[in-house]
Amino acid sequence: MENTEKKQPLVQVKNLCKYFEISRKETLKAVDDLTFDIYKGETVSLVGESGCGKSTTGRTMIKLYNPTSGNVYYDGKDIFKYNHAEQKEFCKKVQMIFQNPYSSLNPRMTVKDIVGEGLKQHGMSTKDADAKVEQLLATVGLNKDHMSRFPHEFSGGQRQRIGIARALSVDPEFIICDEPISALDVSIQAQVINMLKELQEERGLTYLFIAHDLSVVKYISDRVVVMYLGTMVETAETDELYDHPMHPYTQALLSAIPEADPHKAKANQRIPIKGEIPSPINPKNCCRFAERCQYATERCFKEMPQMKEIAPGHKVACHLVEDK
Amino acid sequence: MENLLEVKNLQFSFRTYGGVVKAVRDVSFEVRPGEILGIVGESGCGKSVTSQCLMRLNPEPPGFFEGGEILYKGKDVLKMNKKELRQFRGKEISYIFQDPMTSLNPTMRIGKQIEEVFVGRKGMSAAEKKAKALEILKMVGISDGERRYKQYPHELSGGMKQRVMIAIALVGSPSIVIADEPTTSLDVTIEAQILDVLKNLQKTLGTSIILITHDLGVIAKLCDRVLVMYGGKIVERGSVDEIFYDTAHPYTKGLMHSIAKLDTAKGQKLQPIEGTPPDLFAPPKGCPFAARCEYCMEICKDMPPQTYELSKEHETCCWLQHEYAPDTDMRKKVTEKGEV
Repeated sequence: MENTEKKQPLVQVKNLCKYFEISRKETLKAVDDLTFDIYKGETVSLVGESGCGKSTTGRTMIKLYNPTSGNVYYDGKDIFKYNHAEQKEFCKKVQMIFQNPYSSLNPRMTVKDIVGEGLKQHGMSTKDADAKVEQLLATVGLNKDHMSRFPHEFSGGQRQRIGIARALSVDPEFIICDEPISALDVSIQAQVINMLKELQEERGLTYLFIAHDLSVVKYISDRVVVMYLGTMVETAETDELYDHPMHPYTQALLSAIPEADPHKAKANQRIPIKGEIPSPINPKNCCRFAERCQYATERCFKEMPQMKEIAPGHKVACHLVEDK
Repeated sequence: MENLLEVKNLQFSFRTYGGVVKAVRDVSFEVRPGEILGIVGESGCGKSVTSQCLMRLNPEPPGFFEGGEILYKGKDVLKMNKKELRQFRGKEISYIFQDPMTSLNPTMRIGKQIEEVFVGRKGMSAAEKKAKALEILKMVGISDGERRYKQYPHELSGGMKQRVMIAIALVGSPSIVIADEPTTSLDVTIEAQILDVLKNLQKTLGTSIILITHDLGVIAKLCDRVLVMYGGKIVERGSVDEIFYDTAHPYTKGLMHSIAKLDTAKGQKLQPIEGTPPDLFAPPKGCPFAARCEYCMEICKDMPPQTYELSKEHETCCWLQHEYAPDTDMRKKVTEKGEV
């Protein structure tokens, strides 16, 4: 992994914060001080429970939200300081696949218009755009006849393919996949995952994969970032993280995966995790996981743990790990 | 032991503008006391409709029974009148709905929603009802029941709401609880908590649970027996070990291979089941899975397969087990069983 160390990362997220002011006194800290890099051609997964800020992170990285503080660099340039021309170029390079294929496609537009919209926006003629749409649909396993149909005429899996075709239309380098398979049936999920992998191999795409299905994450990603209540608690290469989870939250999360194997599932001792994810409104300035952590000490309730590198590429934010 | 519930040749359809949808086509199974029976299948395979039939929850019309019977302790549910059904629902069989966010009434306090089950039951004072509701809240792992009792659903998190749904289902002390995708909308850590609650209740109260899910992980963790449904039919049934380790139907096999497991190697491709589920407006003449099956033979398209018995519990509905079928890796030692 020394190679990637030297390479310039494609996307750099530095101390990214996104707060939502709910009222004068209440601040929802959706994303709090997030720092990670994504290198070209790799898949980085963001995992965590719902409400931990993974989607907000994805959306801020594509400029759907303006950050409260912090920077996101794409190819070394700060995306929040782009001028008009650079912004247009950025839209071409970075695309997003949304979670819900039922609500992310405009029901009044035909497939041709949905997929071709971006192309025309970037100055392609209707004729060229149509040809390109046809080609794109073939890439995602649909055909020419589907071009003049409306989204409601498709099944969930097919709609997600349309969403993928739309994201691919402008030949992006970097795609943010926000839970692309969670709304699909099991037998269809595999079709979409395989397709994403093939596209990555063919086109050298870089993915940020936002998901909560940890088995799929293990299968698809090179590196994983675990988030809890807006903060990053652990990051490592996938195998390292699954084999040696250091943070108590990661350990609990991994042990909760329902395994599709009765013997293993029954033998597997789940690490219990008390209660539920607390509210991200006005969080205390200490370890966010402290109140649910079975190892929590006094220090955990007083001090915010910092990210610390314990092995090459493996970083954890936990007081207990630092003590060792 | 005697079966609590027996479903025989159940057929249920819906009349729609587009024609008749045959949602459940000739389904038979039984529920034994104190077991957890899993029903697994993709959306639209008829698993929810089947289980809702058991309580007659499907709107009739447009739905109607084309045939079959549902015997609960020897009594046919299909022949019950409205009054009998009212006594039956909640007291004998109850239902945990899929989405806790939308199945609770947002304008009613939690306590009242739980007590609603007792409406029409005689001989219970308000204090008794409340005591019972608090007891049940404690049982499903809600610690500060007194406070929750007075709260509205929007004040609760998703996991809490699902616990309340379970409480509502249990408060009438039913002998069967149907849990329809109880954890689909929840996070893994909360999912594990809810599954523990279900498992404990089954252990302490001896309630039978019918668990409907598309997640094989949940099935593996909780169930004793499994029914695999596809296209409105049961294609395979057996104990959980038989289904997972001695898979006898190509669809079940496909399901197992299409999910990413923790030990799936990086380079290894997932094997999706190609194609899409059948259109139940015009269900296929033969095996419902024929169009997507890698082993499909000529006969599969023309004739519905017979049922073959692998063991006392384990049955599969597939032509590959026929003595004239070519030898494949799906071949098992079977005894032929007439059309079920």
